[in-house]
Amino acid sequence: MNVSFVAIICYLLGISAVVGLNAVILVWLERKVAGHMQFRYGPMEVGPHGLLQTLADGIKLVSKQLVIPDKADKPLFLLAPVVSLVPIFAAMMPLPLSESVQAWELNIGLLFIIALGLLNTLGILLAGWGSNNKYALLGGSRAVAQILAYKIPLLISVMTIIMMSGSYSLRDIVLAQNHGWYVLYQPLLFIVYITAITLETNRSPFDFSEAESELVAGFHTEYSGMGFSLFFLAEYSYMFIAAALASILFLGGWQGPWLPGPVWSLIKIYGIIFLLMWFRWTFPRLRIDQMLSLGWKILLPITLVNFLVTAGVLAL
Amino acid sequence: MMDCCHIREVVQGFFSLLVGMRVTMGNMFVKPHTVQWPRETAPLPPGFRGHIMMLPDEITRYPKCIACTACARNCPSQCITVTGRKPAGAKKKLADCFVLDFTKCSLCGICVESCPVGALDFSRDYALAAYSKDDFNRMNLLEDLVSPF
Repeated sequence: MNVSFVAIICYLLGISAVVGLNAVILVWLERKVAGHMQFRYGPMEVGPHGLLQTLADGIKLVSKQLVIPDKADKPLFLLAPVVSLVPIFAAMMPLPLSESVQAWELNIGLLFIIALGLLNTLGILLAGWGSNNKYALLGGSRAVAQILAYKIPLLISVMTIIMMSGSYSLRDIVLAQNHGWYVLYQPLLFIVYITAITLETNRSPFDFSEAESELVAGFHTEYSGMGFSLFFLAEYSYMFIAAALASILFLGGWQGPWLPGPVWSLIKIYGIIFLLMWFRWTFPRLRIDQMLSLGWKILLPITLVNFLVTAGVLAL
Repeated sequence: MMDCCHIREVVQGFFSLLVGMRVTMGNMFVKPHTVQWPRETAPLPPGFRGHIMMLPDEITRYPKCIACTACARNCPSQCITVTGRKPAGAKKKLADCFVLDFTKCSLCGICVESCPVGALDFSRDYALAAYSKDDFNRMNLLEDLVSPF
């Protein structure tokens, strides 16, 4: 690959800007959505309609002390938030916002992003193990137990899309939807995929590894200051990546009339993120066994049957 | 048979989720119930009881109180101290000192009901805050009224 040093710096800056701005906007949006769904206003004091609230919170978090618990596994404890955050910078590279706005056209882009997405769980497990705290450990182990229940339906639904488009490259998948978005052909699969990414991003109703009513704060119980805010940043960035993948796989990525490509991409991505927030403030948390039976008894059969039927239809 | 029930349950469950989502989306378009105090204030209910206050006479603007001490004698917490004397040339006694110990008051309202001339009423003053209890244990209710003496 012949990529100049300047280009690498530009990509890094661009991705950092997306990660940072996305988190600032999403934290504010989440609190606003939560407020208005509960007849409240949400943040109103810092800036117009509380727009600068996240910035104020960020300054507060940066200035706080990072407390390391006694008898914690210090290297793992400090490494965990970094392990959770760093893969995001790599996973954002193959994401196309339009035909030209893409850091790295990778022919296995889809697999690359899904593989890096798993590292988030590793970060959560490290945090749970390193904290020397029973609640954190329970949260970490729950995150690991959850993986199989959603990863297999997720991968099978992704396989179905790959079968239809005939490529692992995200750009080719979008271009294959020229004649019609895949959500029109596979509405059921879209619902399964959205459920799976709600599980993947550890958000309510599937926030088992955090579960504040059961586990204090789950895996980040012992984290304060920057450690906590890195986890927070990672959570919202994974939401962005998962929503971007959903828009690329099912909603035709940057395709749309009148507006330029990146605008359409962002509209679709933030639409899906709004859907995830809507879930969070509507549904109560499931029990673990309910989540497992949802994954194994409902999502998996649906995706398997769907996979076979799609394969049959494509073969005809 | 079992599978049919299972599928029906899944479909029904899915539609119940949509009902929940319609409710929260509807909530988003309702004006929030929050009252942004202190920029906005909620209307006080008509039966609101603040600390008691002294009512002035409509014509003379003096306090209506005739210093009969019915309120002080009937007060279950004994938090009212009232003394009175006759001003020069007047026929009736008038209060020259009416002190309320609001730290003891339970807002029962017996003083308001027992007053023969209707000189007492509940105020609508709810934003009470101070750094020391001394601001509340000797509240002079005649302070803001015109003195006949």
